[in-house]
Amino acid sequence: MHAAVDRLLVVLLLVNFFLLGTSRLRALITGSAAQGVILAALVLSVHGEITLQSVLIALATVALKSIVIPSMLSRAMRDAAIHREVEPVVGFVPSLLLGGVGTGLSLVFARTLPLAPEHVGSLLVPSSLATAFTGFLLLATRRKAITQVVGYLALENGVFVMGLTLVQAMPVFVEMAVLLDLVVAIFVMGIIIEHISREFSSIDTTRLSSLKE
Amino acid sequence: MALALVLVPLAFAACAAAMPWQRWRPWLLPVCGAAHLALTFVALGRPDVAAIGAWLKLDDLGRLVLAVVSVLFFACSLYAPGYLALRTERSNRVFVPCLLVFLAMTSLIVESQHLGLMWVAIEATTLASAPLLHFNHNARSIEATWKYLLIGSVGIALALLGTFFLAYAALRAGLGSSLFFGDLVREAPRLSRPWLHAAFVLLFVGYGTKMGLAPMHTWKPDAYGEAPGIVGTLLAGALTSCAFLALLRFFQIVAAGGEAAFARQLMIGIGLFSMAVAGVFMARQRDYKRMLAYSSVEHMGILVLGVGIGGLGVFGALLHLVNNAVTKGVLFLSAGNIHRAYGSKSIEDVRGALRRLPFSGALFLAGFFAVTGSPPFAPFLSEFTILRAAMTSGHALVGALFLVMLAIVFIGMGGAVLAVVQGEPPEREPDGFRDRVGTVAPIVILMAIVLLLGVYLPAPVSRLVHNAAAFVDLKR
Repeated sequence: MHAAVDRLLVVLLLVNFFLLGTSRLRALITGSAAQGVILAALVLSVHGEITLQSVLIALATVALKSIVIPSMLSRAMRDAAIHREVEPVVGFVPSLLLGGVGTGLSLVFARTLPLAPEHVGSLLVPSSLATAFTGFLLLATRRKAITQVVGYLALENGVFVMGLTLVQAMPVFVEMAVLLDLVVAIFVMGIIIEHISREFSSIDTTRLSSLKE
Repeated sequence: MALALVLVPLAFAACAAAMPWQRWRPWLLPVCGAAHLALTFVALGRPDVAAIGAWLKLDDLGRLVLAVVSVLFFACSLYAPGYLALRTERSNRVFVPCLLVFLAMTSLIVESQHLGLMWVAIEATTLASAPLLHFNHNARSIEATWKYLLIGSVGIALALLGTFFLAYAALRAGLGSSLFFGDLVREAPRLSRPWLHAAFVLLFVGYGTKMGLAPMHTWKPDAYGEAPGIVGTLLAGALTSCAFLALLRFFQIVAAGGEAAFARQLMIGIGLFSMAVAGVFMARQRDYKRMLAYSSVEHMGILVLGVGIGGLGVFGALLHLVNNAVTKGVLFLSAGNIHRAYGSKSIEDVRGALRRLPFSGALFLAGFFAVTGSPPFAPFLSEFTILRAAMTSGHALVGALFLVMLAIVFIGMGGAVLAVVQGEPPEREPDGFRDRVGTVAPIVILMAIVLLLGVYLPAPVSRLVHNAAAFVDLKR
């Protein structure tokens, strides 16, 4: 079980770097959808056996994170007629480097935390922290509203991976509610993006600067 | 019973969404508000309110916050029809159901005993309030809503990570992982320390963002500045109280785990910092609604400071939760009326509110004196209690700083408030906004509560606060 989970987690980390390095919004959305598929596969392999609960969560994850949310984001992108992230606050190469440093630090930090015997040597905790960090980086350093939403999704994915260590703690119903909240959040953000692009003729959030001290 | 508190507002929300009559829809709010208030009174009278196994239960802390939320919502719901009648140019088809969903979700937060469910409910309030902030549909409100959504969502994601860390602490201790509050408090002494610390820091940042503690408060001035008065009231009075309740739940777990000193230090530090930030930004504030947002940051600081001091401070903080919520209602609603009448939020354009709007102006002024802790109003009592707790428990320096900050805030806020209410009002438009019963009476009710709680604490209220304080600060 360990080996399969770790292999999936390595792919997840690679997708993180892909998200940090690309400027095309289409690629960002695809990367985010790919993370959804990886998470679903993780759900199935972490549970070890195929149970109704794990299948249900995996299906919901794929449906929401890889189909519903990406299509909402694609629509928002098409409506705003914007395809590229230009001039991020921190350039693409520096943010890749930062992502590398963050991933390294996550590995070190996770080592200092006392892990339960079944998670010693597993990549679950460090990759959770690294993915959440990637999300932060995207949120803080990119200007386009859609990229920020993808960053938020990556942050949520990191939290989701942490949740995988606790399969018994989260009843299916709560897990589903968390996913539902996420979808509604993206939906509301999508509506606001639409209003931003209509009002400012752009989805560049640096234009949102009239409210300040 | 426990379920009805959540389901009744949801049912009303569904009705409101389905209802085709723009003119009558706002009247669902007072009906639902009254029903919720009645249910709350019945629930407070019963010793044991629970539903769905151990998932929903009204404990002593929950009772206090539920009462606050219900009373505040009722006052806002009385104000809403009068307000929305003035805003007929905007559809209220989203606004009214969102308000009702907001009420349902705050009730759910208060009652949930499962920390995962509580998280879901808190996130749901964020989502329900986004359309409320966006009610005015202009560039500024879009900006405020975007910041609110993004910062709020990130905060809440960190809180979820913290919740998972906490569950992992239990798993690591070989307890099997459970997110039921009661289980975690009982098993707290055996939880893994490093995970417990990390969890509390994440949860403090996460739910602290929702509360609007500095330095996670940056969404607050924008959101409160652009929100209609009624939404500002509910965010500053109800939602922040619920986020504080969430924080207290985790504080209890950490304290039960024997790490109270660590949590208290963090709370005192952030509490004083929030007050300082609020004081600095209030002094230079030209926008009286944003000023109220900083006042909210200040009072959130006072709440965590009180709990950080401990002992009598916890009682003071919980009493202050009640007083702050009701006083914020007075301030936001009267500021909303002033904003309506002048069409500006800048203290450069607004003067002579006492003349043009005798009631709203006077209530705004009285609300200012109340919120800055002047006797005989209720916040004086709770702030004094916290001060006394600080002085008697060996936190003299904290107490002194607390006093200095209160003085700074009083001076900073006083300048702006006096500029708004005094002077000669500019020329009035012939059919401009004026005080009406519908938009003044609810504020008068709230102000009466502030005054009453200040001069005489009725026994049931006192019992409610005492029980909640005993529940939070259990000596183990």
